[in-house]
Amino acid sequence: MNDEAIMHVFRGDARGGEFREYRVPVEEGMVVLDVLHRIQAAQANDLAIRWNCKAGKCGSCSAEVNGRPRLTCMTRMDLFPLDRPITVAPLRTFPIIRDLVTDVSFNYEVAKKIPAFQPRPPEPDGTYRMKQADIDRGQEFRKCIECFLCQNVCHVIRDHDEKKRSFAGPRFFIRLAELDMHPLDTLDRRAMIRDVAGIGLCNITKCCTDVCPEHIHITDNGIIPLKERLVDDYYDPIAWVIRKLRGK
Amino acid sequence: MTGLDRYERQEYDVIVVGAGGAGLRAAIEASAQGVRTALVCKSLLGKAHTVMAEGGVAAALGNIYPEDNWQVHFRDTMRGGKMLNNWRMAQLHAQESPERVLELERWGALFDRTPDGRILQRDFGGHRYARLAHVGDRTGLEIIRTLQQHAVHRGIDVFMECTVARLLKDGDRIGGVVAYWRPTGEFVVFTAKAVVLATGGIGKAYAITSNSWEYTGDGHSLALWAGADLIDMEFVQFHPTGMVWPPSVRGVLVTEGVRGDGGMLVNSKRERFMFRYIPEMFRAETAETEEEAERWYTDKKTARRTPELLPRDEVARAINAEIRAGRGSPHGGVYLDIASRRPADYIRRRLPSMYHQFKELADVDITKQPMEVGPTCHYMMGGVRVDADSTASTVPGLFAAGEVAGGLHGANRLGGNSLSDLLVFGRRAGLYAAEYAKELPAMPRVDAAEVEAIVRELRVPFEGAANENPYAVQRDLQEAMHSLVGIIRTEVELKEAVQRLETLKERAQRVRVEGGRTYNPGWHLALDLRSLLTVSEAITLAAIERKESRGGHTRDDYPKADPHFARVNLVIRRRDDKMTVTEEPLPGMPGELQKLFEDT
Repeated sequence: MNDEAIMHVFRGDARGGEFREYRVPVEEGMVVLDVLHRIQAAQANDLAIRWNCKAGKCGSCSAEVNGRPRLTCMTRMDLFPLDRPITVAPLRTFPIIRDLVTDVSFNYEVAKKIPAFQPRPPEPDGTYRMKQADIDRGQEFRKCIECFLCQNVCHVIRDHDEKKRSFAGPRFFIRLAELDMHPLDTLDRRAMIRDVAGIGLCNITKCCTDVCPEHIHITDNGIIPLKERLVDDYYDPIAWVIRKLRGK
Repeated sequence: MTGLDRYERQEYDVIVVGAGGAGLRAAIEASAQGVRTALVCKSLLGKAHTVMAEGGVAAALGNIYPEDNWQVHFRDTMRGGKMLNNWRMAQLHAQESPERVLELERWGALFDRTPDGRILQRDFGGHRYARLAHVGDRTGLEIIRTLQQHAVHRGIDVFMECTVARLLKDGDRIGGVVAYWRPTGEFVVFTAKAVVLATGGIGKAYAITSNSWEYTGDGHSLALWAGADLIDMEFVQFHPTGMVWPPSVRGVLVTEGVRGDGGMLVNSKRERFMFRYIPEMFRAETAETEEEAERWYTDKKTARRTPELLPRDEVARAINAEIRAGRGSPHGGVYLDIASRRPADYIRRRLPSMYHQFKELADVDITKQPMEVGPTCHYMMGGVRVDADSTASTVPGLFAAGEVAGGLHGANRLGGNSLSDLLVFGRRAGLYAAEYAKELPAMPRVDAAEVEAIVRELRVPFEGAANENPYAVQRDLQEAMHSLVGIIRTEVELKEAVQRLETLKERAQRVRVEGGRTYNPGWHLALDLRSLLTVSEAITLAAIERKESRGGHTRDDYPKADPHFARVNLVIRRRDDKMTVTEEPLPGMPGELQKLFEDT
């Protein structure tokens, strides 16, 4: 493959912008981020992109490539036929700063609201014992690289700006699920998950799972178990009667 | 508005620059000491280079081998560093890393477990026992996320995507920093009693590197410009195994864990060549035959370690020699084969991100095919000269921890000793910076004229009629450093590098960037060039003076280790705008520690 790609890259800021065309030579094995770097080095020094590790480990270089949210460093150019333009746009859900860079501070604000890990006391020798089987699920969630593609694609955040205040989004549901399933954690976050994180708004369309570059089963392993716990605890009629009788 | 009022002003007791493992750990500690603490970082929180660390964190927990203890770890670290390490740093590091790892667990980290529920430990190069606590091959992510979440809950003020451009001084002491917001291009003036540098390394000075764009030697340069000493700058670690194909991923790291978990290195003739490269220093503890090496994975009592797990400098040089001798792979590397040696499900469980990385970027299934790998610039052993206990630099109020600090790793760092370094010395930096700040009676004074001059300089790339492209200057610098100051060095080439750096410095003065100050990577790079050039010059000058081969510094014209250079650090200083190199004696090791090296 020694060809030229036709790239349509969004250039602009909050005031507006347009897709601009760049023609870039492409070699075997290149990813979309390489092509963006080539544009930056030779044609548009000021093209704004975020990136760090270039190996799918830091989750910085998220963008929408031909309409699909992706990590540009893990998106091979040979996925696309070169006879048609390839569009690269910023994540639509977050306010644009410039070109492909968006303001993702929403996510960092949500992170502050998650009640911290609160471990039980350690063994007499000062350490903890945990079985691998008991941490497998939590480790799956901790693979999250915070690329925020799941947040970007979640309808509740993407299409309902007013819901952002009362909805944490898939990235933070798996964070909450991870804490909930942590063998050492002692804090009850159920009320927070329902009232502050707003998990009830999620209608499990699995779009988040679909775009996760780490292949985390966000919906099946994280969100659904959390929803089931809340249903058992808050909406089980027998439990409700018992709670009423005990005056809680 | 006049003077400083035209800029955003901030005031803190302690400012931590850099939010990788060392910076986060330092900020957590400083804030725990009750001082006003800010964390200032170039990227978004949680994206720093620590996230790329794969194999594990070295700590003599003794969970797999009860024989392991801090003395053994200390000895391994010193021998790995070719005895040039600061002994006191190596001692503190080995003594404190187990507690730092257990502390992460108390903060929510989930390390892989042994069958009886303890933290599992894995084999790595140069470590006598399986010592690396890990999470598959994404240990760095686990550590940065744990620290990030802990820092967020402590309520530490974080200035993300904010680049520190210069340190400010009040007399001889640190007085603050000047920074700019990357998203807006606006300037910020921080007044601070103490500054902790935790900015990582310098990999972007080289063409093939495992490092991200951030690794431009900022902390090294900020310290040097402010009058601090740097040591050991000639020691640059080339990790033996980076990806070599396809070209766009050249240099991306392949964890040493592949070899720790059973992977072997072979050349194009299918020879397991590492047996031919066992140096005298490690002969007594390295397997001589493939049979013994195989046995070692399960029997560490009667068998000696496989030579694939020699320290990184040895393995990188061996791979380099095989490639030079024409026994390399089609794309200019050698083969790293775990497919023929371990079951597919074991590989996927132990090395999930390597599996993913090769499958998606190189169309290679590492459970079925060997990987092609070659050396990649990975780590800077040299850095800011610090007091071992307090991490204080030679400038009052300036502290340094992690990769930007020099001394702990000597001439070569062992794998796994970086994550432990971050935790041990990150904590110490936060602690001692807070103590220093508490003792300082008043806030330092920031000089408006000095700030004004700095801001003017930062704006230069937008002005004037110059026409150099910052990307072109960076590329030429990387090529010069790679070809002339790389794994194998000679005096002739090093002197040529000095010439080329002079030309590049002139070109960097003429850099012109287009666009405005809002999130403009061309401008950011233009500003980073100055620190890249500074560290490149420091590396080159030190490399000329060290006329021997040791650890990460190999001289073709002085191929042997020289006993004279075994006793000295090379110290880089900047005085009157000129860089100087001075030999200074290593700190002497106390007798009871020296004894650890007598019974080999």
